[in-house]
Amino acid sequence: MLDISAWFNDLLAGNLIFTAQTLGYYWEGLVTTTQLVFLSLVIGLVMAVPLAVLRGSKHPWIRLPIYFYTYVFRGTPLLIQLYIIYYGVVFVDGIQDSFLWPVLREAFYPALIAFTLNTAAYTTEIFHGAIKATARGEIEAARAYGMSQNLMMRRIILPSAFRRALPAYGNEVIFMLHASAIASVVTLMDLTGAARFVYARYYAPFEAFLFVAAIYLCLTFAILYFFRFLEKKLLAHLRPLS
Amino acid sequence: MLDLQGYGPRLLEGAGVTIQLALLSLALALVLGLITASAKMSRNRLIHAIATVYTTLIRGVPDLVLMMLLFFGGQMGVNVISDMLYDSFEIDYYISFNAFAAGVLTIGFIFGAYMGETFRGAFMAVDNGQIEAGRAYGMNNWLVFRRIRFPQMMRHALPGLSNNWMVLLKTTALVSVIGLSDMVRVAAEASRATHEPFVFLLPVAAAYLMIASVSEWIFARLQKRYNIGFGGH
Amino acid sequence: MKKLLSVSLLGLAVAATTAQARDYDHVRIGVDVPYEPMEYRTPEGELTGFDIDLGNELCERVGVTCEWIEQEWDGIVPGLLARNYDAIMSSMTINDERRQTVLFSEPYFTPPSAWFAPATSELEETSQESLEGKTIGVQRGTLQDNYVTDMYGSVADINRYSTADDMVLDMEAERLDIVFLDYPVGKSTLIDSENRAYQVIGEKITEPKEYFGDGFGIAFRQRDEALAERFNEALEEVQQDGTYDEIHQKYFGEEE
Repeated sequence: MLDISAWFNDLLAGNLIFTAQTLGYYWEGLVTTTQLVFLSLVIGLVMAVPLAVLRGSKHPWIRLPIYFYTYVFRGTPLLIQLYIIYYGVVFVDGIQDSFLWPVLREAFYPALIAFTLNTAAYTTEIFHGAIKATARGEIEAARAYGMSQNLMMRRIILPSAFRRALPAYGNEVIFMLHASAIASVVTLMDLTGAARFVYARYYAPFEAFLFVAAIYLCLTFAILYFFRFLEKKLLAHLRPLS
Repeated sequence: MLDLQGYGPRLLEGAGVTIQLALLSLALALVLGLITASAKMSRNRLIHAIATVYTTLIRGVPDLVLMMLLFFGGQMGVNVISDMLYDSFEIDYYISFNAFAAGVLTIGFIFGAYMGETFRGAFMAVDNGQIEAGRAYGMNNWLVFRRIRFPQMMRHALPGLSNNWMVLLKTTALVSVIGLSDMVRVAAEASRATHEPFVFLLPVAAAYLMIASVSEWIFARLQKRYNIGFGGH
Repeated sequence: MKKLLSVSLLGLAVAATTAQARDYDHVRIGVDVPYEPMEYRTPEGELTGFDIDLGNELCERVGVTCEWIEQEWDGIVPGLLARNYDAIMSSMTINDERRQTVLFSEPYFTPPSAWFAPATSELEETSQESLEGKTIGVQRGTLQDNYVTDMYGSVADINRYSTADDMVLDMEAERLDIVFLDYPVGKSTLIDSENRAYQVIGEKITEPKEYFGDGFGIAFRQRDEALAERFNEALEEVQQDGTYDEIHQKYFGEEE
């Protein structure tokens, strides 16, 4: 252990910018970014599935509000959504005295709410598109088997829609990772926040931003390969037989 | 009535900045996109590799980070050169990046990569038989491009272009973070000063929706135009 | 609109390559707005404040025309090096770290820094122990940021802001327990404004010099020694003929 830390100090010796302190900030940033993106994606996904099903409802008063929600969240910049939620919650009367405040006080949760609502809107539309694209034949076959609407949704439509949505959803995950860079505008010390700190303190834009760009690039590739792998497994039946 | 507390004119100005920024970056992105698409279809390995590195790197790094890198770092890079010119040759030239130029360059550069992919896919979707038919008529390469490949490519590219444009439009909001007074920045500034975030941020959100809806309408018309002769879409 | 378009197109012609004479007759000054009362905008958008008035006065005496260019604090030194402007006059404290990159004028104002907290705050002092687990607000890249990061980074949460206004808003929202600011700025934005109940916690802070340097200076690029000298002479002039005191009086009143 001592050896490692000695080696580490040697490595950093004479380097004014990448000190143990700044690397600590980058690490903290990596953790924050990962948490933020992961949580918002998971919650967003859970929200999106029922919304996507209801988005195709026959009743306009179910369909239209959901359409309105996705239209607004997909049509406006995430930065504005973040500002509105971060600054907006403060002006709800009595919020500072409510039990919610310890949560909303931290910049993390308003950011999480904004990111979640945003990704849920995109994901809803992705799934909605995939559900709509279900082959007529599959539905007819299910009907012929006497499946109820619910059973058909669960057994036939959703599983096949998920698979079809996979490539688009992979893009959405990468998009969220990149979009999360704006978290630093509401004081969150995410990866970009760490880079901005290092930049402001040492006036070293190249070191600060190239380093963080490299980290994002690695994360992007990791996500990309994960989804390639998933597609290979789940979409195996769509590949031409060799 | 909406009380903008004296910030009205600046908000309008900010909206002007947003629209100009979006249109100019779109123009740059389209040009870069066409170049990238050609490079990717090129048989020259080096050109192909450069285009691939460009699209991969750009699409792997957040817009905001690229923007900061270019805005803060690009200028320093330019300065090193201009300082050198001054020190060795007494040539005192400098190029200054303002936030607007940095915004247009970065956004154009980023979306050039996305446009490149869209164009490439669209060019490849054009039926080879059509090109051969054009050649058989004795058309030269340029004429084939203008009369056959380009219009047909556009038909395939339009949905992707429309999508890229919508994303680009929203990306312009990020320039507010590097200090350009677009409508988002003015609204954020006003909300802080007056402590009324909704009064300023909601109208700006509505403005984005409006621009998006108008663009949708324009793209639908374009789509119709390029689909003439194909019946339906 | 047309004018706006052509102006920005001009700006876009990135290569707005201008040959800049060595002897300035036009000086562009970078400033981070808002930082009341040093520099801020009225709702109509007019730039005003102590730095602005003093700066305009100095420019007049130096015999140059001045243009103020807004730049957020965390990019203000790079912007100078980048020649986005030729000087910085934006409540910038002179310290050794900055001296390595820029050339400072003589100090023109020496404010202390201070801690500000809501009047209801139970904090009585600002030792590491008493701020443990608290959320501290600072402006990113300021000397206050450096000081707090080094002294309290391990015990407290530090929120960094691009502008002082952001920080004040979050303090009012009760997102911050305490902020660390230039004293005059905190006094003007927190203590003096109506309806806002804040207090100064502990003493005003001017030590150690390693962080707090010696007052505000105008920053120039290292090579522009001649320009800095001209501003120093003008500064001495306004301090002697009472103009400086007039401007000081206008923004800070009697106190200090």
